[in-house]
Amino acid sequence: MTRSAPRPAAPTPLESLLGTREVVIACGPGGVGKTTTAAAIATTMSVRTPAKVLVLTVDPARRLADALGVAGIGNTASRVPAAAFSAAGVRQKGELWAAMLDTKQSWDALVRRHAPDATTAAQIFANPIYHNITGRFAQSHEYIAMERLYEIHAEGTYDLVVVDTPPTRDALDFLDAPGRMADFFASGLLRWLVAPSRSRLVGLASRPFYQVADRILGTQFLGDVAEFFLLFQSMYDGFVSRAQAVSSLLGDARTTFMLVTTLETVPSVEATRFAAELAQRRLHLGLLVVNKVLPASLADPEAITVAEALQSEPAARAHALLAALPGGLAGASEEMVARVLAEVGRSFTSFGLVASRQRELLAEMAASHEVTATVPHLAADVVDLRGLLAIGRHVLDASGE
Amino acid sequence: MSGLLDRRLLFVTGKGGVGKTTVAAALGMLAALRGKRVLVCEVEPKGDVAAAYECAPAGFVPRQVSPGLHIMEMDTEASLREYLRLNLRVPTVGRIGPVARAFDFVANAAPGVREILTVGKLCYEVREGHYDLVVVDAAATGHIVGQLAAPVGINELVKVGAVRSQTRWMLDILEDPRSAGVCIVTTPEEMPVNEAIDLAGRLEVETGVHLAALVANRVLPELFSRGEEEVFDALGEPDAVAALGAGPGGGSEAAVAEVLAAAALAVRIRRTGAGHLERLHAALGSSCPLAYVPYLFARADGARAVRQVADALAEELGE
Repeated sequence: MTRSAPRPAAPTPLESLLGTREVVIACGPGGVGKTTTAAAIATTMSVRTPAKVLVLTVDPARRLADALGVAGIGNTASRVPAAAFSAAGVRQKGELWAAMLDTKQSWDALVRRHAPDATTAAQIFANPIYHNITGRFAQSHEYIAMERLYEIHAEGTYDLVVVDTPPTRDALDFLDAPGRMADFFASGLLRWLVAPSRSRLVGLASRPFYQVADRILGTQFLGDVAEFFLLFQSMYDGFVSRAQAVSSLLGDARTTFMLVTTLETVPSVEATRFAAELAQRRLHLGLLVVNKVLPASLADPEAITVAEALQSEPAARAHALLAALPGGLAGASEEMVARVLAEVGRSFTSFGLVASRQRELLAEMAASHEVTATVPHLAADVVDLRGLLAIGRHVLDASGE
Repeated sequence: MSGLLDRRLLFVTGKGGVGKTTVAAALGMLAALRGKRVLVCEVEPKGDVAAAYECAPAGFVPRQVSPGLHIMEMDTEASLREYLRLNLRVPTVGRIGPVARAFDFVANAAPGVREILTVGKLCYEVREGHYDLVVVDAAATGHIVGQLAAPVGINELVKVGAVRSQTRWMLDILEDPRSAGVCIVTTPEEMPVNEAIDLAGRLEVETGVHLAALVANRVLPELFSRGEEEVFDALGEPDAVAALGAGPGGGSEAAVAEVLAAAALAVRIRRTGAGHLERLHAALGSSCPLAYVPYLFARADGARAVRQVADALAEELGE
């Protein structure tokens, strides 16, 4: 068994930062490795510190879910067995727990908690609109992620909770979700829409609306909608105070954000915008992690010269190479060696182009925000604890650039 | 894959970050170059389609940006107004004041309203024959089923009323594989491929819309054949590295090693990706065409990238 690589005995600055926080929210554009990075820092903190750490994940790749033991377990948190860590060759000081976010289950739990009685809860569950809303309501996923975070945090079972945020149309959606949910239930419009089922006396002002709405949607459908919101209104106070509590947890000194991105144009622009937005809301950006960074050697002038020569005169290079190797090269002809050399040179140049774009974007990002870690472009998928720990080292041991 | 562009309505989706806007823009460009009158519609208005073509921002009213090629951005409120004007003869915003006021609320609250107004507008453009082809830069894989299933859902929830009668002709367009289809974009990576396979399984069952094509975007070129790979491996031996560094055009052994390491990384990344593409092919290759678009090293976005993707698709489409 290989041991994990040696590391400084004293905690790194980022490790210390996480040691003083209770909640880390991983956010950023889609497809940049948010889920993996969140799992990596949770795993690493559970190894390095005597903390009970939970990673609340949204939609991990199947093999990662298997590695964490969360495949198909839904909302219930389960501990990643300590034996899995010893099998990976590391001694764990703390504990790692993992849970998935199941939107439907979480909504049901929320309704049970806030409904005034079991009958109301049963009526809500039976309403056709409820199923549609919990599944498709634009903000339901974002809201429920923050709601679950609050619940877990309030229970106080864990020293550190790392949350992966759901993929949203807009990376900022989940920040507004609690507030929007509160507005939604506080809105006069809700009462207004619900009015006709309470009373047949519809005010003059709203009559045209109901006439048009009836013609478009039909009375029965409107009735379902009205019933649903009437039932939901009974949970109003619970919802609003809860949403406010969730909002204040996001801004709490015990919470920090980890922004994850890659150095492609669209994600890095979105990440920069997100960082600015966090600052504007006075939310704490503790980590800015840049994934999939190509090696710095692609910019080494000497290597560039070598690659250019391979590409421009492969035949001459192949001839010289074979002349210097009495045993030949895997029995290959000079032509074949030349083809391979040319391809090696071309590949270096191509990736060099991408790397230079990455450097420009990184410099742009670093000009306005401190990039706390860069993680190299990994050739293979991260599928086990060892892979997660390797990423955790990149993220937490970085001195910042 | 010929016939893809002969459809009337094509939804382009994929996991966030795979380049679905670029592919949608490229399909639109390609169809327009083939002489079709095309509308490319961005469903979640962020200005990405306009950025892809490097032209002025799009609005709800379609605008021609090059011969035959038009762009628009979806605006569900504008779509509602148009619907009311056309179907219920509610002429002015003034008279539907309460509707406009309640719109945001109802659209957020009542399931499928926003979606039906989006899909409805697109189907309307198809039914009226304003365009030969409507290409939709649609919602990401996580949201597309909700969007496309809206007519089915509304049909189940709403038993009477104008909307119910509207959903029937929309379903006729959506469920006919000759008129409508979904194009799923993926990259050779684990999660995008998982989501593509997952979506393909749910699509027809939950929405009635057929899978028309898969596009694997950003596919790295194969560097070496099997025999060449042996040669490449042998190049890493110390005496070979030393020999490569010696003489004119050479460099230090460290520099040679860096060049070889970069190629080795490229080989490994490609191999990992190829594994995911094999999975994709095994799961869906027999059910629909699969087109490969190469990784663009030189330029990742903008009109030139769209043009290159369009060229690659043209070759794969065999048109």
